[in-house]
Amino acid sequence: MSPTGVGRIGSVFAEAKSENRALLIGYLPAGFPTLGESVALVEAMCDGGVDLIEVGLPYSDPLMDGPVIQQAVDQALSNGATPQSVLTVVKAVSDHGVVPVVMSYWNPIEQFGIEAFAHELRQAGGAGVITPDLTIEEGQPWIAAAGSQELAPIFLVAPSSTNERISRIAQVTQGFVYAASTMGVTGARDRVSNMAPQLVARVRASTDLPIAVGLGVSNGAQAAEIAKYADGVIVGSAFVTAANTGGVAAVRQLARELAGGVRLAR
Amino acid sequence: MSTTEANLETGLPGHYGPYGGRFVPEALTSALDQLDAAFRAGIADPEFTTRLVDLERDYTGRPSPLTRAHRFGEHCGGARIYFKREDLNHTGSHKINNVLGQALLAQRMGKTRIIAETGAGQHGVATATAAALLGLQCTVYMGAEDTRRQALNVARMKILGAEVVSVATGSMTLKDAINEAMRDWVACVDDTHYVLGTVTGPAPFPEMVRHFHSVIGRESREQILAVEGRLPDAVAACVGGGSNAMGLFSGFIADPEVQLRGYEAGGDGVETGRHAARFAAGRPGVLHGARTYVMQDQWGQTVPSHSISAGLDYPGVGPEHAWLHDTGRAIYESVNDSEAMDAFALCSRSEGIIPAIETAHGLAGVIRLGKELGPDSVIILNLSGRGDKDVATAARWFGIELEHSEFGASIELSEGR
Repeated sequence: MSPTGVGRIGSVFAEAKSENRALLIGYLPAGFPTLGESVALVEAMCDGGVDLIEVGLPYSDPLMDGPVIQQAVDQALSNGATPQSVLTVVKAVSDHGVVPVVMSYWNPIEQFGIEAFAHELRQAGGAGVITPDLTIEEGQPWIAAAGSQELAPIFLVAPSSTNERISRIAQVTQGFVYAASTMGVTGARDRVSNMAPQLVARVRASTDLPIAVGLGVSNGAQAAEIAKYADGVIVGSAFVTAANTGGVAAVRQLARELAGGVRLAR
Repeated sequence: MSTTEANLETGLPGHYGPYGGRFVPEALTSALDQLDAAFRAGIADPEFTTRLVDLERDYTGRPSPLTRAHRFGEHCGGARIYFKREDLNHTGSHKINNVLGQALLAQRMGKTRIIAETGAGQHGVATATAAALLGLQCTVYMGAEDTRRQALNVARMKILGAEVVSVATGSMTLKDAINEAMRDWVACVDDTHYVLGTVTGPAPFPEMVRHFHSVIGRESREQILAVEGRLPDAVAACVGGGSNAMGLFSGFIADPEVQLRGYEAGGDGVETGRHAARFAAGRPGVLHGARTYVMQDQWGQTVPSHSISAGLDYPGVGPEHAWLHDTGRAIYESVNDSEAMDAFALCSRSEGIIPAIETAHGLAGVIRLGKELGPDSVIILNLSGRGDKDVATAARWFGIELEHSEFGASIELSEGR
């Protein structure tokens, strides 16, 4: 297995592909509800079969998130979450043998210092960073900083992205392309958007990178549906809800159900 | 320093030196591209510009007068003070200038719904007004704290047929209303245009909002030349997001002899931490789609702002102001609540004009500025809005007893939702 962040993400997708299944990606914010509990929650995700974990960096103005994640990051912030908490959780995930990436709005990374953030994240065992409000036009300094630490800069594509933009985004993305399945904010939905298959097909046409689909997935059946056409299934708000209602046990249970889902499809 | 020059510096459109840009979810990029194209096509299209100019004249009531403030000027070191009377516009503030432009663009893009954030309620009222005029659906997001202190404007928006959503997340003020409006826009972008109310946000908003307010600067320049036969020594305005200031400044940026002065909200005093003084106590960062000065902690978390004025109670500021600040072309100072309320009272009693509390911050600044520049100086203040909406706040501040019925009713209206 390659030691670099980009290499580790590539390996874990390749491994899932060799098993003819999609990768399961889970999100939880660092420090939610407290730092200690958030470490226990991500360990439960690992134990339940999540292949790659997005560790959220709590931010005061999460404008791409729905109410469930908003409340979770508010709680994390009032309990003192900082970028250091993120690095602690990243290390816990990595020590557990699962690949961690960070999900962060741009300002906290810019304020930390982009080179310093890339350096410390690599030291903690992080493999990449998803930046939901960093456009590729503004992203050049970050792409360079991530590259110098062999971390994957992971950008999003949306149903509204033109093919030309998708191709430019895929060119600067490493690790995997994050396909936002729907026009909207994060949060569980009854039905996964019917825009997702078409979006994945459009991304597929311009890159060989793995493609993971997020926004709206909350149960095993939905995960199985997406796993038919995508390389990865991303689940966020549903894990937060599980943590809120049943703590570690519920998170582990949800992880198992979803891990079953991504193995059912093909 | 013009916008064009600033853009040239980085080679990227929508930038002012290191400021501005676009920090948004990818899902919004195509809508911003569409808006940018519609804006540029619109302002180059005589049919569009004629429609806008007609509305400005026949609906808004432009040009707004330039009023010499003789008695107020006596308190400003005897300087020759002029008020640019945006308070006399339909809906009571400068906000209508931008809203009419954007609402016409929304129509041009085939959108049937407009949404807006609002702090003091002036932008929300202007947006609800334009929606009624053009037959568009309208939703306005307003912080729960602001719906309480600006109950009258909540009622106005509802009367105009808008849906008013009280935002109870975060600090429950303007910043959170913008978050919520952005979330709505991402989900409904096919049929909805987001009428952002100030010169911040992702490109092209700062440039576009400035453009629609540049009529303030153009008129002021012509009017002062006609009455004084020369350019003013300074032009001044309050600065929340900074749209009224940018509108006025835009007419004089190219004249180096005209000082540009902006006044931000000092709240309880910058030293108390309870303020909205981004230049005094913030630093560059990214908020709501643009890089600019932001009130934030060491980790980049936005710090809640505070001001008696809902319209200035915002932890960010327009990126062009950040650039004008760094280059030294404009000078920004803060004015605290009590100094602003003193100026509010003085303007009311010396000129018979009850200003908006936002505007009162600019008035307080001009009292200082007139003393600094002396009795021969000519200063234009953008009288950006009228104070009707602030009567309840002002009455509380000055200890004026109110009959229970009238204000009780308006407060119930806001809290009942």
